[in-house]
Formats: sequence, structure tokens, C-alpha cells
Amino acid sequence: MRSVFFFTLVLTLTATVSRAEIKVGDLFPALPSAGLVGGTVPATEGKILVVDFWASWCAPCKASFPALGKINTDYAPRGVVLVGVSVDEKASAYAAFVKKQAPPFLALHDVAQQLVRAVVVPAMPTTYVIGRDGKVRYLHAGYHGTTTDQHLRAELDVLLAEKS
Amino acid sequence: MSSRLLLALLLSAAALVSGCATTTALVQPWERATLADYTMRPDRDPLALALAEHVYFSRESAAGGRGVGGSGCGCN
Repeated sequence: MRSVFFFTLVLTLTATVSRAEIKVGDLFPALPSAGLVGGTVPATEGKILVVDFWASWCAPCKASFPALGKINTDYAPRGVVLVGVSVDEKASAYAAFVKKQAPPFLALHDVAQQLVRAVVVPAMPTTYVIGRDGKVRYLHAGYHGTTTDQHLRAELDVLLAEKS
Repeated sequence: MSSRLLLALLLSAAALVSGCATTTALVQPWERATLADYTMRPDRDPLALALAEHVYFSRESAAGGRGVGGSGCGCN
């Protein structure tokens, strides 16, 4: 009978911790096979990549766009690829938002929410800084104004200083 | 109660409990579009809110305590 109780406990605990969230150090899913639409998925192999998950209904996401746009302007010439990934369920919401706001960086649409389900973002927005080896080096859950902006820039500087 | 029946009951209960414990039952951060909608805001109609506050004050001799930040999208 003791083994039955033990089995029950293990089953319950296993179900509780079954969340497969992409964390720092994990390999980030490849963008070309992630089902992204709305633009050409850039070549990211061997490059430093910033992936920002956003949605048209997410106010902090919208607040982060100007800062991300400046980061894109400053770091794209140095080889950093910045991609915004919309997780909007409705394609019309994504299209209307992109048309109205015109994000100052490549804004693709995770049309089937395939990538976001694979990554399991902890909050909206979430920004992943991915190294040249394809592994997540830094992760920002939420947008906290200039603090996030400064951290992102410092992290990109660290990654750029590393040997390719 | 036979041990076999008890075992079956325990396994059924475990399966049910584990189903409740999985995160698939939660609203994930990317699924909160409806919660973030304007109509979900408690302060979307100032007149209705003022009326409700008046009724509440008349009945309870108290006011306030309704402060809820955000629209429910769970952003940040």
C-alpha cells in the first residue's frame, strides 16, 4: 500500500512541474521553422539575436517599442538581429497594429502561436537575448523602462565583445 | 473495501488531481487578449462606477476599497 501512495505522490508532483519553459542557457527554437509570417525571417545563424514577444493588446509592449527601435538602429550595423514576434490570436489585430504603429524593427507574427508555446514566455512582453551559439544568454520578463533598455544595451555589448 | 478497489480509487483520484495541477488549465500570458480588452476594465464607465459607489456608501456607510490596478492582461 505504501508504494501506491508513493506512486500517487510522484504522479501529482510530476504533473505540477511539467512546464517546459525556455530559460537562460537553453537552446532557442530556430526562427525559420517557427511558422512566422508578416515578413522575411532573417538569417540568424552565428549572429546575436534579440527576440521580443509582444501583442497588440499589451500596453507595456507598445511602450517598449521606441527603445527597441533605437537599439535596433544602434546595434543592427554591428551584426545584431532584432525580431519582434507578435503573439496576437487574430491576424487582423496584428495587421492593424503594425499598420498604425509601424514598429521600428522587424515585426513578425506567430500566427499559430507555435513559437510562443514552444518558448512558454513568463510574461508579456518578454525579450530574449540569444548568443551566437543559439543559446539564450539573457531574459527580460516585462518591460521596466530605462532599466530594461540599459540592461539590454549592456548585455549586447558583452556579447559583441566575445569572440565570434 | 478490497485493496484492488482502493488502488483503483487512488489512481483515479491521482489522475484527477494531476489534471488540475497542470499549467494547461491556466491562462498563459499570450492568451490574455480578451482579459486585456477595454470592456474588462472596472472603471470603463465612470457614471456607473459613481452610482455603484453611492449605493455602496448608502448601504454600508463606507466608501472606496475598489482599487484594482490594470486591465487584467497580466502584463508585467
